[in-house]
Amino acid sequence: MTTLPLVALVGNPNAGKSALFNALTGARQKVGNYPGVTVERHSGRLALNDGRPIELVDLPGAYSLDPSSPDERVTRDVMMGRQAGERLPDAIVIVVDASNLDNHLRFALQLIALGLPVVVALNMIDLAERDGLTLDAAMLERELGVPVVPTVAVRKRGLEELKARMSSTIGSGNGVRLRPNEGHVGEDIVTLQRRARALSIKATVAETTGRRWTHLLDAIALHPVSGPLLLLGLLFVMFQAVFAWSQAPIGWIESGFALLTDTVNGALPDGFVRSFLTDGLIAGVGAVIVFLPQILILFTFILVLEATGYMVRAAFMMDRLMAGVGLSGRAFIPLLSSFACAVPGIMATRTIDDEKDRLTTILIAPLMTCSARLPVYTLIIGALIPNTRVLPFVGLQGLVMFALYVLGIVSAYVAALVLRRTVTAGPSSGFMMEMPKYQWPRLNDVAIGLWSRALIFLKRAGTTIALTVALLWVLASYPVAPAGQRQSEYSIAGRIASGIELVVKPIGFNHDIALSLLPAMAAREAAVGAMATVYAIDNPEEPAGEGKLAQNLRGRWSLPTALAFLMWFVFAPQCISTIAVTRRETNGWKWPMFMVGYLFALAYIAAGATYWAAIAIGL
Amino acid sequence: MKATATRAIPLSLEMLPRRQHATVAAIDWQGLSVPEARRLRELGFDEGVDVEVLHKSLFGSGPIACRIGRMTIALRRTVAAAIHVSPVSIRLQK
Repeated sequence: MTTLPLVALVGNPNAGKSALFNALTGARQKVGNYPGVTVERHSGRLALNDGRPIELVDLPGAYSLDPSSPDERVTRDVMMGRQAGERLPDAIVIVVDASNLDNHLRFALQLIALGLPVVVALNMIDLAERDGLTLDAAMLERELGVPVVPTVAVRKRGLEELKARMSSTIGSGNGVRLRPNEGHVGEDIVTLQRRARALSIKATVAETTGRRWTHLLDAIALHPVSGPLLLLGLLFVMFQAVFAWSQAPIGWIESGFALLTDTVNGALPDGFVRSFLTDGLIAGVGAVIVFLPQILILFTFILVLEATGYMVRAAFMMDRLMAGVGLSGRAFIPLLSSFACAVPGIMATRTIDDEKDRLTTILIAPLMTCSARLPVYTLIIGALIPNTRVLPFVGLQGLVMFALYVLGIVSAYVAALVLRRTVTAGPSSGFMMEMPKYQWPRLNDVAIGLWSRALIFLKRAGTTIALTVALLWVLASYPVAPAGQRQSEYSIAGRIASGIELVVKPIGFNHDIALSLLPAMAAREAAVGAMATVYAIDNPEEPAGEGKLAQNLRGRWSLPTALAFLMWFVFAPQCISTIAVTRRETNGWKWPMFMVGYLFALAYIAAGATYWAAIAIGL
Repeated sequence: MKATATRAIPLSLEMLPRRQHATVAAIDWQGLSVPEARRLRELGFDEGVDVEVLHKSLFGSGPIACRIGRMTIALRRTVAAAIHVSPVSIRLQK
């Protein structure tokens, strides 16, 4: 097999690298991982103008070849040809933001000095022009001694020329390849910066003060008073939307699954296969897929806030609060993502350069109420919390949901405070971040991000959760209980649950809950699927469905038990994927084990305390 | 050049009033941790460059946002205190 020539996109953060990558490769992308680290490897194929195919890889943004985070380390190691899982690129495309030359050229100079074949993409040239900058690309090309192509990735401007220059740079593909010259990397950053600044002045034909829009928007977004209000408002709208906008699509999905159940019931005779399909698979998987709309809405908000450049402003405003517990504003972005799912949240901690700071953020990320808890919360609250109004426009159910979210946040805050003084103690980390220009989010990029999230969720529902509920269905269906005995107690699953029940009885959990805790380890929302399956088996004559599940719960659970169960889910680390990603991110079992231990302990104590307090006040 | 500088007593970036243009007079590199110093350099801080404070947070201890070159950078006050600046009076030549 012949390997394709490899071209790497390199550049500073916010140079528009990913947009250029998307524009060049379109949908032909592959997202993988570099071995040993959780840095994502984005690669894609494209054909150059002469028809030759090449592989393009989008490296993480960096400020220099002197890395201060795992992301930047990958970039440096690929450039040096010593990154496992990656060959030395045959050529590099250095992406620089045309309106930020004096900074971006410094890294470009460092990269050019490595000696690999280079093309420079003078990206976002339109924004530079809008900002009142007129640049002389030809002059820059002469000074740098490498091809310079003005591009506008989002409008696909300059891409053909870029490809043409890449073709001639890679040459025939069988020339002598030089190893990168490591000796040059040592060139001191101050010298490079001064050269970059001089070059930038030389290449700038005319300049007026720029970034008018960004300054105008920042005057509101970073204002001491309107800034925090805007952030609060955005968060409020975001969580409101997750609940309000999702109702209609949830209805469609539910009717879809009801239709599917009816179809199967009509097509198959009563028996093992039909029961397995309807009570097992459809009831279990359906109960989980229903939450896809809410997850997608949450991710849409997060992706749009990131794409516009607002997220860094949010981090800026949160820094003071985070500094109070020894974290930095940077931790806000991964923690906000953790409201959708802790797995991408924990992966997003890679941008935090301080090790202890990053570790603390990872350890508290599971306390953010992820979307997998929503199915559990919604079901229990809907079934057992009375729908009364406490205040005009404030219902008790909504209030309980809100309280659970707040409790997660407050616990995370306290946990960080304690951790930073004990196991992850260290000097307080700093906060230094570049605030990018505001940009319109590109529909295409948001859609690509959303699509990959939806795929991950559906894959999980189709594999992990489907397998779990299928296994549970078998375990819960056999042996068949004699008349007068409950199937959910007599079956194998029932007997395993009876063992677990011994441990969780003191905190008010009943047999149903014990039964759902094991499948919930695979994924929290599987608890709902598991209960749906178990009740469907217990009452085979009744049609399954969300409403039925809630009715069953009302008959079998007391209010203190329900409250204890909710508290359990605020804390319990019931998610294998989170534990696995923590192991990967911390390179070992020590920290994931610690995380599982402290969170289970908190869950047990909180659930128990709630149960007994509720009993004591006579609920 | 658009601005003419008038030398004044250096003060720290932390004390610099908002919207007051200044040039970096000196940076107390020794007072910063190694990663902090490196990141500061990477973001373009250096003796002689123009700087301006754009935003300060409501409570006296939050981070500040400043313009350096054509970038906006957020940094903590402890770091800003290590950056000494000389204010320049601006006379725009239209």
